[in-house]
Amino acid sequence: MTDQPIAPSRRSLLSMIGGVAGSAAMYHAMTEMGYADESTFKGPVKLSPPPAGTSVLILGAGVAGMVAAMELRDAGYKVQVLEYNGRPGGRNWTLYGGDTYTELGGFTQKVGFDPGQYINPGPWRLPYHHQGILHYVNRLGVALEPFTQVNFNAYVHSTNAYGGKPQRYRQVQADFHGHVAELLAKTTKQGALDQSVSKQDREMLMVALQNWGALNGNYEYGKSIETSLRRGFDVDPGGGLNSMPVPSEPRAMSDVVQSGLWAAIGASCNYEMQSAIFQPKGGMGMIGKAFGAALGPLIQYNAKVIEIKQDEKGVTATYIDSRTGGEKRTASADWCVCTIPASILTQIPMNVAAPMKNAINQLSYSAALKVGLQFKRRFWEQDDHIYGGITYTNQPNGTISYPMWDYFSKGKGVVLGAYTFGQAAYLAAAKSPEDRIQDALEYGSKIHPQYRQEFDAGVAVAWHRVPWTLGCAGAWTEPARAVHYDNLCALDGRIVLAGEHASRIPAWQEGAVTSSIDAITRLHQRVMSA
Amino acid sequence: MKSTIRVAAAAILLTTTAAMADTAGPAPKPDAHGPNISGFFSPFPFQGGEAIYKGVCQGCHMADAKGAVGAGMYPALAKNENLETAAYPVGIVLKGQKAMPFFALQLNDQQIADVVNYVRTHFGNKYKDKVKPEDVKALR
Repeated sequence: MTDQPIAPSRRSLLSMIGGVAGSAAMYHAMTEMGYADESTFKGPVKLSPPPAGTSVLILGAGVAGMVAAMELRDAGYKVQVLEYNGRPGGRNWTLYGGDTYTELGGFTQKVGFDPGQYINPGPWRLPYHHQGILHYVNRLGVALEPFTQVNFNAYVHSTNAYGGKPQRYRQVQADFHGHVAELLAKTTKQGALDQSVSKQDREMLMVALQNWGALNGNYEYGKSIETSLRRGFDVDPGGGLNSMPVPSEPRAMSDVVQSGLWAAIGASCNYEMQSAIFQPKGGMGMIGKAFGAALGPLIQYNAKVIEIKQDEKGVTATYIDSRTGGEKRTASADWCVCTIPASILTQIPMNVAAPMKNAINQLSYSAALKVGLQFKRRFWEQDDHIYGGITYTNQPNGTISYPMWDYFSKGKGVVLGAYTFGQAAYLAAAKSPEDRIQDALEYGSKIHPQYRQEFDAGVAVAWHRVPWTLGCAGAWTEPARAVHYDNLCALDGRIVLAGEHASRIPAWQEGAVTSSIDAITRLHQRVMSA
Repeated sequence: MKSTIRVAAAAILLTTTAAMADTAGPAPKPDAHGPNISGFFSPFPFQGGEAIYKGVCQGCHMADAKGAVGAGMYPALAKNENLETAAYPVGIVLKGQKAMPFFALQLNDQQIADVVNYVRTHFGNKYKDKVKPEDVKALR
């Protein structure tokens, strides 16, 4: 293939999407090419009782594995779970002050955060329409609090716009909408749309544009009380004497368009970014912990699976202690739900047929980086009046997200100082954790000058170095999906796979939940028809 | 894989250009927002085998090229006999293998030749024949 014909456009597109809108939009664009498949969750699972003594071996105690374990146990199956880590949850994971994390290559980080401070290296958000994971959150009694995706007072930043000075989201959005509305109103008035818009619709459209863009009586967007009610004032109105507001000056249209900062607005409109969004109180890992507590001794921790073998009678997994190695042990059952990431599973001998094998072997795992930075005080709240939400930047750290708990606390706070995919995440994985943290500080200080003065402790997780996933999530492309997806999900003999990689909501916990429910439902049908 | 990459790239164009195809003013410049290394498939800037290895490969294969072992493993490139036939590593860098992503969109022919030559002459590997950019191009 020659990539000359497509390269320039592709680069420009991706630089626009990824540079400013941030990694979430980029991730979406790349993994699914704009797909936003809805969750297929249809309410709690109801499985009829299986024949007495029917057993299922579940590999992996992440969200998919523990959903399977819980539902199959409740239906009456004999269930055993093998898990590589010494804790439940998998990528449902929170790093707290005092935790220790050792990545591949040997770097060990002791998280220097204060008690109660944390970051979620993996998933961190629960959109309202992810009813599958929310069902289990509620069933397990995990407390939720709001997650702020769009904060109108957070920043959008590009090193190539406005002299590298960060802009408030509300100003970017108001100016972009305002100028576009004015242009369209002008065009409509000049009769340029007469061919395509009826007279009645034109009249209504003019009213709508005035409303949407905060245009004045002449359909212009400019400095006024009305536009400042969108983009904010230079001096806010107040009470008593000397309380007159001072309106702010909108940015010129050319500057707004050329800045590229408008990309953040589109990204914020994505289905998965829409309110309401939740997070578990105390960290995403609370879900994994609650699952683990509910399953108790059914989970065998520190078990590294080294072979999976099936025959006409059942499935046997051979495993060793993930910490010490040692003697081989086996676990057997009639059936197997395997939720081990394809990146790991591709290296484990397993006798399944070529279609499933090929599907597993073709799925690479993407790079991702998260850096947590604890600061001595919550300057983003105290100085900048940013309470939660996200700042986007075209710098390699991509995203800065402010803690969405303990607002107005006088104590320390942990900012997500980098969240990025693709090339920046590759580069970060090749560096030491200390250098990843220093990079995040360097980029962040361009937006928040308080960074250096207030920095206290940091932790950096590069997902290609995570020993039990070798990456963030399965990096599907639509063409690969067309060939391999059904083969990955289909039952092979007595083995069925589940996890975010076996879903059309990749990298989201909802994908793991819906994949798991679908897998155990099909497995159950097979058991009942045998 | 060839068609996979091409179709994937085309799909991106189709789904994301619609909104900006007819905007007024000059078309966005390729690097309007600077080096932008957060892009998913944006080209890696490194030149020379060592720089490419340290910026890209080292994240998984490690600084000493000895790989690492956890629940799964990253293979060692040090003293790796699979590197004897140069086309083998070139093909894997271009097209990916198992958990390893493909780099056909992010590294050009010269970069891939350089990094393969670097790995084949370092870390205890002493292969004398050199990969040329044309060899990489032929395998795309």
